[in-house]
Amino acid sequence: MYGEQLVFKLPLEVLLGITGKDFTLIAASKAAMRGATILKASDDKTRELNPHTLMAFSGEAGDTVQFAEYIQANVQLYSMRNGMELSPSATANFVRGELARALRSRRPYTVNLLLGGYDNIADKPTLYWIDYLASLAPVPYAAHGYAQYYCLSLLDKHHHPDIDFDEGMKILRMCTQELKRRLPIDFKGVLVKVITKDGVKELDYEDDVKVDVP
Amino acid sequence: MASGYDRALSVFSPDGHVFQVEYALEAVKRGTCAVGVKGKDIVVLGCEKRSAMKLQDTRITPSKIGLVDTHVALAFAGLNADARILVDRARLEAQSHRLTVEDPVSIEYITKYVAGVQQRYTQSGGVRPFGISTLIVGFDPNDKTPRLYQTEPSGIYSAWKANAIGRSSKTVREFLERNHKDDLDREETIKLTVKSLLEVVQTGAKNIEIAIMAPGKSLEMLPVEDIEKYVENINTEKQEEAANRRPGRSGQASIPTRPAGEGSGSGA
Repeated sequence: MYGEQLVFKLPLEVLLGITGKDFTLIAASKAAMRGATILKASDDKTRELNPHTLMAFSGEAGDTVQFAEYIQANVQLYSMRNGMELSPSATANFVRGELARALRSRRPYTVNLLLGGYDNIADKPTLYWIDYLASLAPVPYAAHGYAQYYCLSLLDKHHHPDIDFDEGMKILRMCTQELKRRLPIDFKGVLVKVITKDGVKELDYEDDVKVDVP
Repeated sequence: MASGYDRALSVFSPDGHVFQVEYALEAVKRGTCAVGVKGKDIVVLGCEKRSAMKLQDTRITPSKIGLVDTHVALAFAGLNADARILVDRARLEAQSHRLTVEDPVSIEYITKYVAGVQQRYTQSGGVRPFGISTLIVGFDPNDKTPRLYQTEPSGIYSAWKANAIGRSSKTVREFLERNHKDDLDREETIKLTVKSLLEVVQTGAKNIEIAIMAPGKSLEMLPVEDIEKYVENINTEKQEEAANRRPGRSGQASIPTRPAGEGSGSGA
């Protein structure tokens, strides 16, 4: 028996993740779009699952928030039941499992995810790339959507595992500027959050630099 | 007493009792004591802790005080195993509530839910009631008023300024009735909780657990050393009072160092 064909368009939403020596950076575009219209320029495409795990999401409107909040509730329930946080790797595998289960149901979620975290036991920053077909990969840096085409090459060139926070921000700046330069739409800048051993923090990210296009 | 009316749980006896529910209350009375006290801006839970056996690992033995959500704590008296199930239901409901209405539960809501579950188990077939009473404390979202509720196996719930459940709860409740005042500050609230528990716990600090809830903060379990300090202070105070009351030393007592001290010691 064949289900409905799962149609997926590469979204014009930007999700970026960069790990460094002692932090994980997550950036998500602030535009909430429907078709060719921007509904909002201050959208937060992230949810804090627990104090050391942040999930960024893009994809079908509605699916995204529904799925993210469902995951958030379950991860928090785990914390309450067991008196300890679910580690980032356990969270990632749980998310993948839920996505895989939904994928084989009548109505799958079309959601792409980045899961940034800080593993307090291994004392390491973590980043997981998960797509709507429920593939999971632990990665040092990641992007979703069209941002992949512009950013991965930059990250390939400039990223190495033990960069400090300032270098991480510098690379992120290069990425967002490149996106501004090359993406044919205005994604209204990015919301940047950092996860360290002290938890999740939103950063001020000035995005009004003029970018020249050759 | 038993004449068939205590077998099936959902059957009344001719004089209007549901025996199984009354037996459940009996199980609560056999459980270790739990106390809840509201202060001006905090609320404190205190528990009698059963002494651990020699080879028991106390670090990983579960506590009688549990978190239902970040802003709701629950203490119980009665059957520990029943409590696990009930607490788990409450935790699930707390998260489910957050997911559906994007707001944390209010203390009254979660109390009503817990009591609702307990009630259901008095009116359906093939089950037995929960053999526990609970004290549910915490703060409503964006509110600084401390809350304290009690639930019973029958499904009754009620709000209190201070209350005790479990073994010797009557003694402790009477003590609280004599000594509780409105607007207790943090220290006074904790002290009253410890003092009320000492009415029924002979073995002192190592058999007492204290948890403190303050608005916007996570549950604070008081370390044993701190509880010890409270116990010591209370004991020396009691001794002083006893000495002052002795008739032979009336000259010394003519300078009262603690004006209101006399009355509070009478229950000890």
